[in-house]
Amino acid sequence: MSREAVLHKVRTALGRAPGQSPGEPPAVRIRILKIGIEQRIQQFREAIEKLNGKAYQADSKLDARAYAERLLAGKRGVASSAPFLMECGIPSISGVVSGLTDRLALREACATCDIGITSADYALADTGTLVMLSSAEEARMISLLPPCHLAVVPRERLLTGLDELLDLLPVPSDRSSSMVLVTGPSRTADIEQILVRGVHGPGEIHVVWV
Amino acid sequence: MNPIPVESLHKTLSDQSLQTAIYDSTARLMLKRRNAVTPVPEFQELRSQANRIKQHAIENLDYYLEQLEQNVMRRGGKVVWARDAAEAVGFVRTLCKDKGVRRIVKSKSMTTEEIELNHELEKDRIDVVETDLGEYILQLANEKPYHIVAPALHKTRFDVADIFTKELGVEREEVIEKQTMIARRVLREKFLTAEMGITGANYLIADSGAVVLVENEGNARLSSSAPRIQIAVAGIEKVIPRAQDLVTFLKVLGRSATGQPLTVYTSFLSGPRRPGEIDGPEEFYLLLLDNGRTKVLADKNKRQSLYCIRCGACLNHCPVYRKIGGHNYPWVYSGPIGAILSPQFHGVTQNPWLPFASSLCGACGEVCPVKIEIPKILLELRSDITKAQSTAGGGGLERFAFRLFAFVMRRPGLYRFLTGLAPRMFPGKQGEWLRDVPSWMKWGPVTGWLSQRDLPPPPEQNFREMWRVRQRQSRPERQRQSSEVR
Repeated sequence: MSREAVLHKVRTALGRAPGQSPGEPPAVRIRILKIGIEQRIQQFREAIEKLNGKAYQADSKLDARAYAERLLAGKRGVASSAPFLMECGIPSISGVVSGLTDRLALREACATCDIGITSADYALADTGTLVMLSSAEEARMISLLPPCHLAVVPRERLLTGLDELLDLLPVPSDRSSSMVLVTGPSRTADIEQILVRGVHGPGEIHVVWV
Repeated sequence: MNPIPVESLHKTLSDQSLQTAIYDSTARLMLKRRNAVTPVPEFQELRSQANRIKQHAIENLDYYLEQLEQNVMRRGGKVVWARDAAEAVGFVRTLCKDKGVRRIVKSKSMTTEEIELNHELEKDRIDVVETDLGEYILQLANEKPYHIVAPALHKTRFDVADIFTKELGVEREEVIEKQTMIARRVLREKFLTAEMGITGANYLIADSGAVVLVENEGNARLSSSAPRIQIAVAGIEKVIPRAQDLVTFLKVLGRSATGQPLTVYTSFLSGPRRPGEIDGPEEFYLLLLDNGRTKVLADKNKRQSLYCIRCGACLNHCPVYRKIGGHNYPWVYSGPIGAILSPQFHGVTQNPWLPFASSLCGACGEVCPVKIEIPKILLELRSDITKAQSTAGGGGLERFAFRLFAFVMRRPGLYRFLTGLAPRMFPGKQGEWLRDVPSWMKWGPVTGWLSQRDLPPPPEQNFREMWRVRQRQSRPERQRQSSEVR
């Protein structure tokens, strides 16, 4: 069998016996800076704006809803079932469909809507990154298929960076089959190194902090 | 044994627009890297840490592969092992037949290039579509990638306009933004109708049973999440022990490749979608490929070649790659990393010129994010090749030349006599290099060697003579000085 053949070759090459312990791996190098929430929000904004994304600080859930309403302005949106979006009253904005649980219906909506609206499980301040774990409440497609992605996120979910995230979730696959870090709008530079946004994923990204 | 591809090299070197394209793109990538690395004071420490983790993972590869396998299976994924390209391709073909797959979307993967997967699947009339913009352009043009991270680096917007008009039947479009949107439209349709998605893997995480994909466009997310079946094809060397090691690897990869602190999308995928999750694949396969890697592993000094995380920095910084481009290398892996991988995978005598196609300037080793000692490995391969050729009876003339050299060097009188002849034989002007080597010297194999080199004119007085004169003049003075010191 190929499995045994490959493993046997690996062990022969390395001079190891089956089941031999690997010894201690090098210590993990995690560095978490202590940075206050206001400064984190500032960092996040600077990082995402550099990538041509937008960050907005809402005074209240109502204000967050108003931002979404302005962005939608007659366009069609598809919202995830994240409880926080419900709390903000996003699904009741006109033109927004939400609560889709059927895979094909959801995909159809995502493929035809202008704006995908989600929350995020975490965000990373230093790189301007959203952390999206796929679940019954957050589908993979909503932040991926529509040309514009709006994320409405409670500010306490903003971490300092990757180090803090992996300290909090040492084994991310215990939580979900998919964790995606989203850092700015989809982009390519494959033709003459010229930057073009929105090649396969959303070309526009908005993050509202509540 | 393949000879050095002289004709193709000349073609590349004399193509002005191609030279400009390669030079400009690599210059931009170098600048981007520098701007991203300079503000990170701990960057060198991150490189060392990445090197330590890779070393540990490779030295205990069997352990981490088994751990990875267990954790993938625990999450409902299937793990398939392939000894070589034929087994890997065979598995995918059979699975396609069993599941009735007619269309496959693929995200960028050097490993699938290596096993020429597309070519084989097309035989079964399966529509296999590359979805990375650069790879898509090359698939339409029927070419291999030119660069590990910027596959269509050699194509201009006008080339792309030609390719799209011819292959897609669209109206001619020379604006890059609009060309990109044409690709988005065509490929979106493919994503939504494909039954299978094939991705590569930047990392395999043993403790999580996960595949990590790093990209900017979103095509890897789509390939892994839209179709019903996902296959990740990965070389066995891609495994690292822990998810937490990503804090190190993600910080060096994006910066080294494209100058990004983090690429736009980093996907951390483990198994098929779980009960309750709305979308994602129903079936998840991890295809682990050997295809020569265990051969590389067996050489203790050179197994570090397997640490490579495919960032492409060594290509951008290589003075040879920057002149000859990607297609003159014999395999899909080009540049310095290609020059050390190809001989180890295919045998050193296959393309014996390859490790010699380097100025040994060391730039590749300086920028490598996992600190592979590429220049050192190039030297070792040169030595391996020379040994292989001399046991095969080759290199006779060179051996003779060096024996002659050694003979002369061991006889000071003969050496003095011969070097004394030199000024009389090369009547060049002092301070000027001899561009025209005297015709009597051009014979046999020396002709080619001299056609690319200038000779420095021999000095009127050689070192030995200068030394003798100096000794004679200064002896009384030096004796006086030394007696004063005493």
